[in-house]
Amino acid sequence: MTTPKDLKYTKNHEWVKAEPDGTVMVGITFHAQEQLGDVVFVQSPEVGRTLKQGEECAVIESVKAAADIYAPVSGEVVAVNQEVADQPERVNQDPYAAWMFRLKPSAPGELEALLDANGYEKIAAEDKH
Amino acid sequence: MPASPFFYVWDPMTAAALLHTPLAAAHRALGARMVDFAGWEMPLHYGSQIEEHRAVRRAAGVFDVSHMLAVDITGDSARAYLGRMLANDVAKLKTPGQALYSCLLNEAGGVLDDLITYWRGDEHFRLVLNAGTAERDCAWLESHLEAAPLRIEPRRDLAILAVQGPHAREKTWGAIPAIRAATAQLAQFQAAEVGAMFIGRTGYTGEDGFEIVLPRDDAAAVWGALLAEGVAPAGLGARDTLRLEAGMNLYGQDMDETVTPEESGLAWTVALKEAREFVGRRALEARTPTRRLLGLVLIDKGIMRGHQKVRCAAGEGEVTSGGFSPTLNRSIALVRVPRAVAPDDEVEVEVRGNWLRARVVKPPFVRHGKILARI
Repeated sequence: MTTPKDLKYTKNHEWVKAEPDGTVMVGITFHAQEQLGDVVFVQSPEVGRTLKQGEECAVIESVKAAADIYAPVSGEVVAVNQEVADQPERVNQDPYAAWMFRLKPSAPGELEALLDANGYEKIAAEDKH
Repeated sequence: MPASPFFYVWDPMTAAALLHTPLAAAHRALGARMVDFAGWEMPLHYGSQIEEHRAVRRAAGVFDVSHMLAVDITGDSARAYLGRMLANDVAKLKTPGQALYSCLLNEAGGVLDDLITYWRGDEHFRLVLNAGTAERDCAWLESHLEAAPLRIEPRRDLAILAVQGPHAREKTWGAIPAIRAATAQLAQFQAAEVGAMFIGRTGYTGEDGFEIVLPRDDAAAVWGALLAEGVAPAGLGARDTLRLEAGMNLYGQDMDETVTPEESGLAWTVALKEAREFVGRRALEARTPTRRLLGLVLIDKGIMRGHQKVRCAAGEGEVTSGGFSPTLNRSIALVRVPRAVAPDDEVEVEVRGNWLRARVVKPPFVRHGKILARI
């Protein structure tokens, strides 16, 4: 699967999408869900929580293991995706649509500094072999 | 996400050293995710572990379990020898082909392995051992040989396929018509031999089915024929969730040499009625078990995993196997807890820093496609 060019990425296998309203959506990449296997549980941070970049804030559990999700940028949690909480398999079916939570960034420079699709693909390839 | 151990990193040095079943190429051709299991390169899943799990519960799936080792024991004293070596009593094997589940114990009553013994008639027996313990088991068995002429023959020339599910037997007969006559009337826990093929009506999923022991060179053809009949290839991931739902122990996880069968939910497999002397008996009789193995169904949201702490009114316990049950659509676990804990008790499990509520149940959780545990 191709890595969408309009998203930003972290080395922890999260994608970040900038929305027109200034918020960002966060999910995990195709590669991450492929490594995890069938996702069976998603726990997002509470709305209103303030996160620092790199802070552990959510959990994805698959049939195989639990994976921590880190805040890709600093900011306040403004929404969580209830659909993904109710149907965790959405993360496997359509990882780039299955956003977990939405942040209002507090340090705009952080978003710009994240990886682009090419940079992330290199990391994902190294992770595989 | 951190670079945690489940992010399987393919290492050419390790991969070269891994053992391979005769179906390794077939697994790769199906796009299997291959992992190191007890030194063997084995398929974890072929795309979706949950779909494979459901295929076995609803129709039929086939597992390559050729990493397990068949060991043939033959000789005039074979029955007497196994009577001394196994905690269950081979004297219960009265018709050829009959199977017996047993623990292999050390002198302290600790579990060295769990295995199935088949009686093949006369003084011929076949054991099927776990991959991770096979070498140690063989050394242990050899070290207890007495002067009597007895042959212990590890059969690495054989492969093992487990075809499991409500349609498993029908599909197997479609794939291998030659075995139908000999296996159509086969009772549970009974085996038949057709040519070089050894077919037991046994399994590790809580469903009906066969386990087929056959020459390595024949494995690919039988595998292909089963797939052509519509049997779903299923990996070790599904095998693990199926056996957990079925309340079956996994050696090395739910039990090892530090615990006794009684502390592992396996008191029923230890034959103490007769005066038979067997390795570990004296220690078992001298020990009063303080713990027991029970099941948990998680009430709160989350996933229980091995080694998590359990808090009960009677004291602390530990999750031995935990995960997501596709049939119950929630997390289930096997736990070792104080003896006083009983089914229907509510306990707490420490899941990633939070104490979550769980209900104690007596395994199995699922048998023949039906949920048995109270949710």
